[in-house]
Amino acid sequence: MVYDVAIIGAGVIGAMTARELSRYRLKVCLLERSSDVASGASRANSGIVHGGYDPEPGTLKAEMNIRGVEKLFRAAEELHVPCIRNGSMICAFGAEEEPAVRELYERGLQNGVKDLRILSGDEARKLEPELSGEVSLVLHVPTAGIICPYKLTIAAAGNAMDNGVELLRNFAVCKAEKEGDIFRLRAESGETVEARFVVNCAGAYSDRVAALFGDGDFTIIPRAGEYLLLDKAEGGRVRHTIFQVPSAAGKGILVSPTVDGNLLTGPTATAVETPENTEMTPEGIAAVKALAARSVPGVMFSRVITSFSGVRASEKDGDFIIRTSDRVAGLVHAAAIDSPGLTSCVAIAERVAELLCGAGLALEKNENFNGNRPDTEAFRHMSDEEKDAFIRENPDYGRIICRCEGISEGEIRDAVRRAPAALDVDAVKRRTRAGMGRCQGGFCMPHVMRIIAEELGIPEEQVTKKGPGSHILTGRL
Amino acid sequence: MCEKHDIVIIGGGPAGLAAAVAAYDAGVTDVVVIDREEAPGGVLRQCIHNGFGLHKLGRELTGPEYAAVYAKEAARRGIRILRETMVTALSPDRVVTACSREGILKIEAGAVILAMGCRERSRGALNISGTRPAGIFSAGTAQRLINCEGYMVGKKAVILGSGDIGLIMARRMTLEGAKVEAVCELMPYSGGLTRNIVQCLEDFDIPLYLSTTVAEIHGRQRLEGVTLISVDENRRPIPGTERYIGCDTLLLSCGLIPENELSLGAGIPLDGITGGALVDERRETEIPGIFACGNVLQVHDLVDYVSDEAELAGRSAADFVRGISPAGKTLPVFAEKGVRYCLPQRIHAGASAPVELYMRVAQPRERVKIVARSGERILAEVSRRRVAPGEMEKITLKPDALCGAEEICVSLEDL
Repeated sequence: MVYDVAIIGAGVIGAMTARELSRYRLKVCLLERSSDVASGASRANSGIVHGGYDPEPGTLKAEMNIRGVEKLFRAAEELHVPCIRNGSMICAFGAEEEPAVRELYERGLQNGVKDLRILSGDEARKLEPELSGEVSLVLHVPTAGIICPYKLTIAAAGNAMDNGVELLRNFAVCKAEKEGDIFRLRAESGETVEARFVVNCAGAYSDRVAALFGDGDFTIIPRAGEYLLLDKAEGGRVRHTIFQVPSAAGKGILVSPTVDGNLLTGPTATAVETPENTEMTPEGIAAVKALAARSVPGVMFSRVITSFSGVRASEKDGDFIIRTSDRVAGLVHAAAIDSPGLTSCVAIAERVAELLCGAGLALEKNENFNGNRPDTEAFRHMSDEEKDAFIRENPDYGRIICRCEGISEGEIRDAVRRAPAALDVDAVKRRTRAGMGRCQGGFCMPHVMRIIAEELGIPEEQVTKKGPGSHILTGRL
Repeated sequence: MCEKHDIVIIGGGPAGLAAAVAAYDAGVTDVVVIDREEAPGGVLRQCIHNGFGLHKLGRELTGPEYAAVYAKEAARRGIRILRETMVTALSPDRVVTACSREGILKIEAGAVILAMGCRERSRGALNISGTRPAGIFSAGTAQRLINCEGYMVGKKAVILGSGDIGLIMARRMTLEGAKVEAVCELMPYSGGLTRNIVQCLEDFDIPLYLSTTVAEIHGRQRLEGVTLISVDENRRPIPGTERYIGCDTLLLSCGLIPENELSLGAGIPLDGITGGALVDERRETEIPGIFACGNVLQVHDLVDYVSDEAELAGRSAADFVRGISPAGKTLPVFAEKGVRYCLPQRIHAGASAPVELYMRVAQPRERVKIVARSGERILAEVSRRRVAPGEMEKITLKPDALCGAEEICVSLEDL
């Protein structure tokens, strides 16, 4: 079979592009090198819906960010992905940094960001009492928000699949050929896929993927960002997302509540050799602690429950690359998408569809498209009375498996059954939060493994943490 | 569904079972134990090694055998145990909300006993650098997979932390054919019982590296190795002492944390050091009618003392239900010089039975005495040839010693 479109990379851009294309009568496949969607930067980033004050006016980043904010809030609602408009604060510490705040304010106005305000340190501390006394001037961005990036990616991919898109996992494209109008993409596994159009959403790998097509005129400089995530007991430390004035390395270390009620601190910005360099470093951990404490001195780092690192797909010139290839007909790049890529994802997906249309892809409306995805967290938000009635009909929801987060067997089984199916322990964790609490899976992991094995009809020894090679058990006694 | 019971016990491990039996024997027979597992016994079900019961029962049993003794006593009395049932909320007025395959259950309890046990500190909380591959387990999780589920977790292991579970698991992994390369301990001394160091490490020639920690984790999908590093007296890594050990498994035995999320939800004040509730000599928390015992109150070394503490809590809860309240004002108890914490944290001056004060010392020391004072007056003292943080100490205050006492201070002094 020849697909109309093959999308390379099931991060948030690829997944959202797949969903966008599923609005039309097209055969679309989504190719992912890992065993699950959201396995690259979409798994590990700040989860911020940026207001749009930061990108330089006239850039694609500015355009996509501004267009993207409201589109993202709407998509999140349709996909039942929690998204909270908690507002951002960008803090200057002393007179030297204050001009930067004013400059961001001007830039924000120029970009068309609404409701921007400049606050004195004291005014800001009235809204955010834990803010450091050293903060002297603040840009307040009420339109900014927070969202869970992997939940959004999973939901977008799932909704695309509900509307007919096919997901091919463990499909790392290593060769691309074109015969006539047809691309043939070969995976490291030997599998091939044929398609008339290709979208490169390969994130930190997008330059390598472009090169496979002989279109190598941009270079990704992978930059790692390390984070520390804290217990929900720290989640109320701040209400807003607290930034420091940005530097050349990025938007600086933030302190932010997450939509799930934890506190997130990070990221660092360190150039690394490859996108696989997601290890934590002692320097990174120390830097996050020190810089986060500069903004919010009261953060209790004894309450860190986990740490993680994500690699940004930054391009050397700094802007997004969203364009039709000028060398290869039928190839569209949505590449070099670092911050504010998450905020811009819906706007980027729409732009990609326009570019494909411009390149000759006919976009006929899919009358059966349903952009609403059922709420996977519905059970969690029920009252005790509703839960009681629901459990009587579905007893699996009454058996709590993850006690830290209160996740039931029913929800875990759903995660394995619902597209995109969770096939390993980490995939269950990202979909349900089982194992994401303070004990980090110490109690629930054996249960989660059993449920995955039962659902997939495989022996437990074959259940992995995160795909091929990450087996958890080494055999039976 | 809403029920009413005299005593509800949260947790069916050794503490919950012993508390239930004691409450029943004290005359309150309407006792319900709520347990989240498929069978009672708690963590003992996976502790298939022996060494349990020497103090309490005068014989050496395995964990499951020890649990069975109490489960049988509970069954003999017809005490109801709700299995695979998870308490999701506790209110300060003692309404317990629980969830099971049958639905949501609410119980109005005359008294509540907290017996939820503890959890292990995770890799995330330890801030270890490096990658996040499969093959890193908390020691107790590995113990469960091996002893209860019948699976092996690795072939070549390093164990971080020399607490008792880490030591027991070093032996267990070895007996199942794995090679345990080393047990590393951040502190200059082991946190485990001496008998476990001898029986689990020395007998199997497993090296124990003190003042050593894991600096970095290697391997993308499955663990490939760890970098060890020595630390100085302030627990800071010493550059240049790094060494790599290839292994596919890292077990973490880096401390236990009482599981007090329900207690916090009920507004029960906790002790910053023990991580458990602040209690009086009857194990009543600062919220009337809510008692605590076992590892949710303080992490114990020996289950025998868990049973003792739980029986005390069970009897006290029965007294509460029958309207018997303690006499006299409460005297605060403070841990001082050389003593890390002391439990209970307050004592009623009118206590009729001897009060045992449990404590852990801050550092290993030799030839010391533990002294309890009220002002200048010595209430009790005991001598010890050797003390260590890994071994809980106790001192007994006789009722007449409490007479006229004010605040009580416990300290460690040279002999």
